[in-house]
Amino acid sequence: MNNRRYAYYSGCSLESTAREYNESLKEVFRLLNIEIKEPEDWSCCGSSPAHTVDPLLACALGARNLALVEKMGLDVVIAPCPSCFTVLKRAHLKMKKDPEVRKKVNEVIDEPYNLKVSPKSALQILYEDVPPEKISEMVVYEIPELKVAPYYGCIVTRPPEVAEFDDAENPISMDRILESAGIEVCDFPFKTECCGAAFGIAKKEIVNRLSYKVIQMAKDSGANCIAVCCPLCQQNLDLRQGQINRLMGTNFQIPVLYFSQLLGLVFGISPKRLGIDKLVVDASWITRSMRKAEKKVGNKEKEPEAEEE
Amino acid sequence: MRVGVFICHCGNNIAGTVDVQKVAEEMRKIPGVAYSTTYVYTCSEPGQNEIIEAIKKYKLDRVVVAACSPRMHELTFRKAVEKASLNRYFLEMANIREHISWVGDDKELNTQKAIDVVRMAVAKVMNNKPLFSSSFKLTKRVLVIGGGVAGMQAALDCADGGLDVVLVEKSPSIGGMMARLDKTFPTIDCSICILGPKMVDVAQNERIKLYAYSEIEDVKGYIGNYEVTIRKKATYVDWNKCTGCGLCMEKCPSKNAYDYFNFGIAPTRAINIPFPQAIPKKAKIDPNYCRYFLKGKCGVCAKICPTKAIDYDMKDELVKEDVGAIIVATGYSLMGVENFPEYGGGKYKDVITGIQYERILNASGPTGGHIKRPSDGKEPETVVFISCCGSRDKSVGIPYCSNFCCMYIAKQAILTKDHLPKSQSYVFYMDIRAPGKGYDEFTRRAQEEYGVRYIRGRVSKIYPRGEKLIVRGADTLLGIQVEVEADLVVLANAVISNPDAAKLAEKLRISYDTFGFYVESHPKLRPVETNTSGVFLAGACQGPKDIPASVSQGSAAASKVLALFSKDVLESDPQVSYVNPNVCVGCMKCVKTCPFGAIKEEELRDGRKVAKVIETVCAGCGICTSTCPCGAIQLQHFTDNQILAEVYAFASGK
Amino acid sequence: MPQESKKELRIIGFLCNWCSYGGADTAGVSRFKQPTDLRIVRVPCSGRVDPLFVVRAFLSGADGVLVSGCHPRDCHYSDGNYYARRRLEMLKRLLPFFGIDDRRFHYTWVSASEGERWQRVVTEFTKVIHGLGPLKIEEGEEIG
Repeated sequence: MNNRRYAYYSGCSLESTAREYNESLKEVFRLLNIEIKEPEDWSCCGSSPAHTVDPLLACALGARNLALVEKMGLDVVIAPCPSCFTVLKRAHLKMKKDPEVRKKVNEVIDEPYNLKVSPKSALQILYEDVPPEKISEMVVYEIPELKVAPYYGCIVTRPPEVAEFDDAENPISMDRILESAGIEVCDFPFKTECCGAAFGIAKKEIVNRLSYKVIQMAKDSGANCIAVCCPLCQQNLDLRQGQINRLMGTNFQIPVLYFSQLLGLVFGISPKRLGIDKLVVDASWITRSMRKAEKKVGNKEKEPEAEEE
Repeated sequence: MRVGVFICHCGNNIAGTVDVQKVAEEMRKIPGVAYSTTYVYTCSEPGQNEIIEAIKKYKLDRVVVAACSPRMHELTFRKAVEKASLNRYFLEMANIREHISWVGDDKELNTQKAIDVVRMAVAKVMNNKPLFSSSFKLTKRVLVIGGGVAGMQAALDCADGGLDVVLVEKSPSIGGMMARLDKTFPTIDCSICILGPKMVDVAQNERIKLYAYSEIEDVKGYIGNYEVTIRKKATYVDWNKCTGCGLCMEKCPSKNAYDYFNFGIAPTRAINIPFPQAIPKKAKIDPNYCRYFLKGKCGVCAKICPTKAIDYDMKDELVKEDVGAIIVATGYSLMGVENFPEYGGGKYKDVITGIQYERILNASGPTGGHIKRPSDGKEPETVVFISCCGSRDKSVGIPYCSNFCCMYIAKQAILTKDHLPKSQSYVFYMDIRAPGKGYDEFTRRAQEEYGVRYIRGRVSKIYPRGEKLIVRGADTLLGIQVEVEADLVVLANAVISNPDAAKLAEKLRISYDTFGFYVESHPKLRPVETNTSGVFLAGACQGPKDIPASVSQGSAAASKVLALFSKDVLESDPQVSYVNPNVCVGCMKCVKTCPFGAIKEEELRDGRKVAKVIETVCAGCGICTSTCPCGAIQLQHFTDNQILAEVYAFASGK
Repeated sequence: MPQESKKELRIIGFLCNWCSYGGADTAGVSRFKQPTDLRIVRVPCSGRVDPLFVVRAFLSGADGVLVSGCHPRDCHYSDGNYYARRRLEMLKRLLPFFGIDDRRFHYTWVSASEGERWQRVVTEFTKVIHGLGPLKIEEGEEIG
């Protein structure tokens, strides 16, 4: 699967609050020979506000961007932000299922979308299109002190009929990707718990309470770092960690990194380029404890259990 | 020719959306129709009498009844015309209810459709010929497939009635699911104590021939004369020599074999006797775990066996049995715990299924009846039961209710309290379904006397905290989220059909539904019959059911077989193929296509070779008729002329 | 049946007694509404359906012919529907040579428990026939 070309729809978060996600992903893709191209003149996916107001608008915003990808002659678009991914995928599925919707949507967007694009998350690309050995090959550093809680958030695998990827309730793709890169992950029960999402604006207590639970569980599971794949999760867990500490009387100091940042680190990309310094909770100890990988790390498949005597 | 047409109103079922008077009027215009009328319920006694009277009064020689599906009442009306001394095959039915009045709202179109359909039936009946049954002998032995409680009941009742029974059980012992249960609801009597004696009865009954660890390979023949091939699977132990002493099991070094009987709650040995009360109590080697089979050396059991019963070279064996009827009682399976990732099924050791908990509660189970949780062997203080795991959940493709979970949850909660008085049980439920005799009282007792806390709502997630499992769910009555710190979680996992249910159905030529449960002949009036005569159903293979229902069905199926076998000869269905030797050119294409081997070559006196149908073997499918290049072989009652008459009548309605 | 007109077309269906006829009964018992154009002929097995019946039906005025049997492997007579499948598939390919659009002939499998599927089969097939309009056999159809 070398040099496969994908369209890359970064979306608004990756251009602003989640720039480090954008930068680190691009670096990782570059090293793995994954060629990406942004569609020209892409527009907002509509995110949650669009579909709460008007289903047609939500579908049309997604379809417009998919039509742009179609015009590029590419059949897969990577949408790293789960919200963008869900919107694009939903638009695609709705139009595929219902010819009426397809007709209506195609009337309101400038160029028709012909259902030729499949939207995928960055996680899905790295899990399904990149062999784990290839990830292992790229590893130049190891971080022995690091123990990561892989946190997927609520929508990257759900609802299953939209995501069509991984196990909806107990996903393992990020676990496996990080393990291939020699990073230790813990058994984390709250992989798909809600972080509070956009309630951070309307009612921050909710976010504080829910994100607290996630961080507490990460700590209880023995993790000293949380890996995420969603800009909103990252923001809630990282930016609000101080707030949570004040409110709940805790003393969390758990860095929250995008999984791509972790990959970038062990692949030897400079922390500065990966935006490690942009994190609110200090993650400098991670970079300090990195050391040259001695041996090749393999995909940690469980050894078949030895027959007992 | 004098055809009588009788149009049924079926109360308002037909007359509501079909103008029955107009249909009757139209029929009168057809040459050959001597009488045409309507009646409010043609199938009722006065309705049938009217047919009989009309046949006599108007000298009718053919009858068409336009009413419900012939699958419902064809036999009823055949008997009615027979009472008027008409051959029963001079009756045709036109289905104007299921195919017309119930599926269309437009009265005008429905009426036109009914006119067409009745006219087609009139056209066919005019081509009907009188047919007469011949009789054939039957083998008065019955095959029972499945040795659970339903199959055992059926086998014992048949044997009691003087029949020889062949009982085939897939697993190494009879007993089925019931043998695994600890107690039964709502009486809390010990399951094996009431089942055990029955199992012994089966073993000791001279009329019952038991094939344990065997499966049905092939079924040939027809009602009264089935030839069944049974595959005796290799046990690698000569059961004629094995005394069931259990020495081999004690010494077997491979201690990590999957225990099918205990649903994997604890491991067993590669050579094992499934449970102490097993019948037959014989050992069997599981080659997936046996060292001799995996590594080619070991042989401990062969050395230790006092009777030298071990035979590593044993092969499957095929045996044939002739029977006249078959009772299918193959039971059910359960959804595995790994199907519930949101509850951590398969991930957390202390999330188990109801049947696994049953084994933990059971005195002859792996924990000796002491409630110990699988992870660390500790006694649980808080046990949470979750009902409807998979059941009534369209997202996993199971819209149906699993029937008995509400009851066994209540039972297990009560037993938990009995075993561990300090414990507290919680039940998350959708509804409490306890409609049986004494059932609702039982679930009330669980709540009121045993203090089981019932929470109406679903569980969204289970996650560990230290040694505990946190069960998070909704209490929809209080409208709040609740979290229960549990030591053990028991899932009431959905009842599903056996994985090989469809395969067996295909061998028996019976139908099964979307979920793999076998379909009865009529959901209300023929609950144990199938559409294949001579094959009957009992127990949960037809749909989830509890012990009393399974036992009743087992007895019901047995009584059906006994009634069938009370005759010394059976009347054959005359709707079989017939070869006109004057037309037959002897190509023998029909011989090759017949799925039943019912056609043979016959030499006539002039030396010409023609085909000949063996009437008792012919099943009446008519494949030969559409194969024959010269129309020499005709399926009686569905001849080319009869079907084409319908086609032409259809066309004339333009 | 399309809303705009009450004009029915002539559709005949040959249904095996054990599965599809039962499926149509199940649809009836469940009150699954269907277009009214179809007239049903009961046969013991789809293997009993002589391709000539289908041709005869077209020649004598049918606009559409439907044959439905048990699902493959599920035949009451063990192999009848395999014979049916082979014969009817040949027929389907032959029809255009007679000047009959092969979409006018459809064969399918519906089990006795599949009332909903029967409703769908009838509705869709009727729609197809209405799309094609009446068959004018003497003129021969334009085959697309």
